[in-house]
Formats: sequence, structure tokens, C-alpha cells
Amino acid sequence: MHPKDETELCEILSEAQDPVRISGGDTRSDFSIDGNGLSTLGLSGIVDYVPGALTMVARTGTPLSEIQSVLAAEGQQLAFEPSDYKSVLNRSGTSTIGGVFATNSSGARRIQCGAARDFLLGVRFVDGQGKLIKNGGRVMKNVTGYDLVKLMAGSWGTLGVMSEVSFKVLPAPGKTASLLLETRNHKVAVAAMAAALGSPYDVSGAAYLPGSGACMIRVEGFEKSVAHRLNGLQGRLKEFGKIELLYDQEAKSRWEDLRCLSPFCDVSGDLWRISVKPSDGPKVYEKAAFTKGFYDWAGGLIWGIAEPDVDPRLALNGVGGHATRVRGAAREIAKFHPPSKAIAAINAAIRKRFDPKGILNRGLMG
Amino acid sequence: MQMPSPDTAVLINKEHILARLRAVLPADCVIDDERETKAYECDALSAYRCPPLAVVLPRTTEEVAAVLKTCYDLSVPVVPRGSGTSLAGGALPTEDSVILGVSRLNAVLETDYDNRFIRVQTGRTNLSVSGAVEENGFFYAPDPSSQLACAIAGNIAMNSGGAHCLKYGVTSNNLMGVRMVSMEGEILDIGGAHLDAEGLDLLGVICGSEGQFGVVTEATLRILHKPEGARPVLIGFDSNEVAGACVSDIIKAGVLPVAIEFMDRPCIRATDDFSGAGYPDCEALLIIEVEGSDDEIKEQLDKITKIARTHNPVELREAGSAEEAARIWLGRKSAFGAMGQLNDYMCLDGTIPVTELPYVLRRIGEMSREFGLDVGNVFHAGDGNMHPLILYNANKPGDLETCEAFGAEILKLCVEVGGCLTGEHGVGIEKRDLMDFQFNAEDLEAQMRIKDVFDPKWLLNPAKVFPLKHTEDRRKNRVQFAAHAAE
Repeated sequence: MHPKDETELCEILSEAQDPVRISGGDTRSDFSIDGNGLSTLGLSGIVDYVPGALTMVARTGTPLSEIQSVLAAEGQQLAFEPSDYKSVLNRSGTSTIGGVFATNSSGARRIQCGAARDFLLGVRFVDGQGKLIKNGGRVMKNVTGYDLVKLMAGSWGTLGVMSEVSFKVLPAPGKTASLLLETRNHKVAVAAMAAALGSPYDVSGAAYLPGSGACMIRVEGFEKSVAHRLNGLQGRLKEFGKIELLYDQEAKSRWEDLRCLSPFCDVSGDLWRISVKPSDGPKVYEKAAFTKGFYDWAGGLIWGIAEPDVDPRLALNGVGGHATRVRGAAREIAKFHPPSKAIAAINAAIRKRFDPKGILNRGLMG
Repeated sequence: MQMPSPDTAVLINKEHILARLRAVLPADCVIDDERETKAYECDALSAYRCPPLAVVLPRTTEEVAAVLKTCYDLSVPVVPRGSGTSLAGGALPTEDSVILGVSRLNAVLETDYDNRFIRVQTGRTNLSVSGAVEENGFFYAPDPSSQLACAIAGNIAMNSGGAHCLKYGVTSNNLMGVRMVSMEGEILDIGGAHLDAEGLDLLGVICGSEGQFGVVTEATLRILHKPEGARPVLIGFDSNEVAGACVSDIIKAGVLPVAIEFMDRPCIRATDDFSGAGYPDCEALLIIEVEGSDDEIKEQLDKITKIARTHNPVELREAGSAEEAARIWLGRKSAFGAMGQLNDYMCLDGTIPVTELPYVLRRIGEMSREFGLDVGNVFHAGDGNMHPLILYNANKPGDLETCEAFGAEILKLCVEVGGCLTGEHGVGIEKRDLMDFQFNAEDLEAQMRIKDVFDPKWLLNPAKVFPLKHTEDRRKNRVQFAAHAAE
């Protein structure tokens, strides 16, 4: 099914009795769920873009690449750096803006400026009964009624099919530089990243690749700012190890590699994504028995490869946080983190009210 | 403003309800003396008042749970209250309601600089959260104007913003986790010291739910290291259009100031008379603040002033010292007080797309003449959040009603140009009856479905946010409605 507009989308969902499997560019999910395919690719196009207001409105099937190039022409960007799963999931499609927000996909800059959900300003979506609902708007400050916008971000299509999103954009940075600290000790790396983020130097990325022993701290902005911050960070971090500085393309390409999960592109095994309190990172990484992995978000986000019979969630026992299996065949170990009983009941009740027929991406998210 | 008639079953049952509350709380936590409950009859929207049935001031999450379970069992409405600074009537009681105040829950539970968060009880004031981490160079970013008095509980309920949210975001962007008690008395932990939700983003929808989903007793908040310094520049223009165009050009040039404040002529004149800030005599004034080291500040201010000069400003004043910076902010910070000296005022809170600024200001000027009431505009221009201040005389019969009618027209205008009714104050009762203007019945029903899940009997702050006609069935037949929902 390929609805061309909201009216068709409403008709399809109001009549549907069987499960529906929603997709945009089909570049983010490795979930083999049942259902008739429903593609949002026919709902395409940028509806409104006001660079001076830092806002854009687009239909959900609009290719991410189209949005990025239109923004780049005005020197702006999606600041939350949505991750690209294509290489690790072996997909060739084109990501859509709807998929980015439906999965709340955020990269390295999340620690500085927020996640995809923090940039989403408004949604139009069709619920499981075919009713069109709008929430939020196209302005940055809006507390009119409940924030269903955040609820829709990261709901993986389980509450409705989004047809249009409005979102905040930001100026692209003029200069990029990275401070590269060499260490083989995970705890030292996480401590160095905490020291960097606990400084006034507006760090926009902090990652650690244990394989190469590279701890990367990113700063961005106007030329003099970048120079000043790098200098300040060097002073604070020299006690943690040997430091090297990378500029412009050399710095950018390493962050782009992380955004595309390049460290895993030729590595087999289940791919996990774990969100924890940063200082718990090294402990969780070790217990999870990853064969390969890296830390983002100053230690608070761990990406790792595990053998198929290993459940890295056991590493979270007694620690807050959650784990999602991004890649790996279906079996007993759940892909999405099982919530507590009380939260699961709330989630199920919300889902039932938006999708009483139980047809939207059935089997996803518990 | 209409409020629902109180539930007579609750009023008749008052003594029993009080006895049940006293059975689960220490004696000093339950107040029903009419002289004392009067202190809770209104919040900062003081035009509307109603003493509650009783007030409870618990000291622990467990006591909050006991209160809510008791009220749930007896079907008594509960109005949660932080510090009572809501400008929208968010904490206005009804005669049949129990006010649940969190003011005694004010401890700092955990500060963690390595992981950059603070965990507090929610009765703590906004400013004292920053105060708790200030010595170590950190701060909590959302800074509503009432930050000296307002509680984190209220900030979460209304998703409060502030002058600096252009850079740092509003409450929901800085809230990492909550401990919340449901109306049934269940204690829920959502989120924590890690980022982003597992499963549905319940934290995102709880923030801004105006005390209608549960009572948040603890919050994990993101803290940030303070910038090295900050400095404002003041720029005067001879028209609102030009000032608006200047804001747009600055943003387009890739500069992201931490605050862009805008004042129009009536407001400039009033604040300058009041504070002696020495503002220029002009139509529109921008105060733009940037942060960083001295060099960084200079680099950003150079770009800003270069753009501003292309718009022929009548005045351009860079702060050369801390005193000059304070002087630039002086008028803006005393704007509400200055307007208050002229007359009583009503403060509105609509948001508009920034490109609509000149048109909206022109229309407000026209409406001001039609309604015969003066209005001054001061607002956060970077994000389009307007605060028109309408002056009226509370002692003159009919003036409040004219003022409210004028206010409603301004808010409708905000929606018409693509904005919204409220940017940071919340709906409460103040904008409740305008919700139909921004949302259709389907949109509102979708929102009410979430409340059905968290509060199936519709006991928590039930007469707020949604026009009464939409919630009547749910409120009047609450027991049957909840039973039906459970099926």
C-alpha cells in the first residue's frame, strides 16, 4: 500500500483489519514482523522551510538526503546527527525523515543539543482507526495541550503513521576539530570525557573506540572559538594521555564513520545499543562480553557486537539503563528492552487506545 | 471563567475524607481550617479564587502515595501544587478538591558532576537547583522569570521555559527522569541518569501534562557547566519590521545567541521611566546576549553588530563592562514591574513564527485601539514566544472582561499565523476555553486518551486544559467511565 496523501492513508487504516507493517526507506529496522506493507514514500516533499526561524515542515516520506541538501544550501543542518544503519543492516534504500523521528535516531551531538525528539516540534499522524490527529506545531516554544509530539518520536509506528513532521534545525558549524587522546583503559577514557563535558568548552561529541585506543572529543563553531576551546581542553586532558589534534575533514570523517556505524560494517554477530549512566559504561561494556564495540555520548551509549547466544542485558542488572538489539535474528531475547510491569501496562494501555485493532507494527516494542 | 459545580457527594463526605487523610498522614500535614486553606485559594492568576476542601502537605513520596490512594478510593478530586506561581490558574482549586502541595519535599538527593545530573525532590525551587551546584561551576538551564519562587514540580507540570531556552531548551529538554505517584497511589520510576527512553517516551508526555497524570515527587535534571562569560548588546530600530528582519538575518548567519529579547515602544518607554536604564527613544529594541570566553564573545558580537548595521539601527550599544551589561538588562528585567506601575496588567504567552512578528505587532496595535486598552510587548524574539502585557484597571467594572476578550483575540491571532496559544505558561483555566480554536475535537480526544490511561477516574486537576464540554462525561460519570475503560 502506497498512500499518496493523508486522505488515502486515513482510508487505508480505517478499513484495515489485518496487521500493517509500516516502512519509510526500510533502512532502520531489522524486524521481521508480519503484516501488509504500508509505505510512506508516496508522502513526500518539503512543505515549508524558513531558515530565519530555524524551522522546516516536511512530509514523512521525504528522503533524508533531500532535506540535508536543502538545509546545507542555507548553511543549516539536523543537529542531532541521525544514525545511518544501512551498512550494518545491509540496506540500500534511502532513509526518510519520518523514519528518523519514528525511531528517535540521534548521534554524537545528542549530548550537546539533544535527541531527535528534542527537535521535533509538530506531527500530523493517522491512528490505528484511520483518524487524522495533529499535535504541536511549527514554533519552538509550545506547551498548548499534552506533548504527543514526544510520544510519537521513538514510538516506531505503533501509535500511528506519521504523515507530516515539523522540526527545528540549527546552523551548521563553521569549523570542526577533534582532540584525540590515546588510552587503552576504558575507565580513563570515560573519566577524560567526563572532564571534557564538565568544562565550559561546549563539547559537541565525545566517543571512545577501545579497538584503536582513540578517545575523541569534538568542538565546533567559529574559528577563534574552536581554537580557544581546543586549547582549554588540552590543558584539562593532558594528564589522561597523549594528545593529537585533528582539523576539518580529517576530524569530520571520523565522526561520520561513527554515525554510519562503520566499525561494524564487515563484522558479523548481533549488534546492540545500550544507554547507561556514562560512568557505568566500562562496567557494562566488560560484562556484556562484546567482541567489538565503541562508546558514544561520553560513555553513556555503548554500541557492541555480541555472539547470538549472549544476552548483554544481563550486564544491566543492578544498573539503570536499557538495551536494544539493532541487528540479530528473532528469538527468545527481546529486541526492545522489556520495561517494568507497571510501565508495560501503561504502554499497552496507550497503544490500545491509539490502535484498538492492534494492527500497527504488531509485535514491535513488546 | 466557568468552573464545574462541586461534587456534592464529596462536600457532604468532608469529615470522613479528613479522617481518612489524617489516618495516613502526620497531624501537621492536613489543613482544613478555613483561615489556613484560604492561603491556597488561588495561584498567580489571582483574578480567580476558590478555597479547597482541604490542603495536604506531605513530606515523603510514600505519604503522597497514601494521600492519592485515599482520594482515589473516595473519588475526591486532587489539585497538585508546587509554589503556586502559575499564571494560567494551573493550581486553582475547586470547592470539592484536596490541594496536594509538594513544598515540603525540597531536598537535594544526589549530585553527580561526572555524569552531569542532579536528583532533587520537586518542591525545591528552580533557582535553588542551580544554587546547589553553583559552587562547582554548574547550573540548571531552564530559567522561568519566577525562578526564585517556582518549584520544579510546577516547571515539569507546565514544561516551563525561560529567556535562555533558545540555546538550552525548555524543561522537557533538560529532564532525564522522574519518580511519579499515580492517582491510584502507585510509585513509578521513569527515565534516570541515562539518556532517552526505553519504549514509549512517557517522560516526554508527562512533562507538560499540567498535573493531570500524576504527582511527580523526584526529578533527575541535566546540569551544565557554566560558560566562561556572557555579554549583551543593545540595538534600537525605528520600526518593528526592521528589528524583526535583523533577528532573522542574525539567525540565518549562523550565530546562535543565548537570548534575543525584543521590546516595543510602549514597553521601552514604560521601563525606561521606571528603571532609568537609559534606553534610546525608538520603536523597537533588541537585547542580544552571547556566551563564551572574551574572544568568543567578541567574535560573535562582531558578526551580530555587522548584520545590525546593515539595518540602520538608531542605536547600537555594546556592554564594555559588567556594569554596562547590567544596565542593558536592567530595563528588560524590570519590564513587568514597570508595566505594573502604570496599571494592572494581564500577561499573555502566545508563540508565533518569528517571520510573522511585524504583522502580529501591527495587528495588536490596531486591536489595542479597538478595545481601548494599552498594550506593551516584550518577548523572546529568537523563538517567537510573545508576552503582550495588556493594561487594565481591576477596580473599573467591565475592564477585566474587556481585557480578557482582547487577550483571547491576540491568542487567536497567534494561532491564525501558524503559532500557538501558550509557549511556556501552560493552558490551565486561562486558555482552556480557547483550545477549540487551535485543535479540533479529534486532536483533543487523542490527548484525553492519555489522561484516561494515567487517571481513569479523571480526579487529577480535572477541570483544566480541556474545554469543560469535552470532559463533562468523563468527570460526571467518573466511576462508570473508569470501569468501562478498564474493560
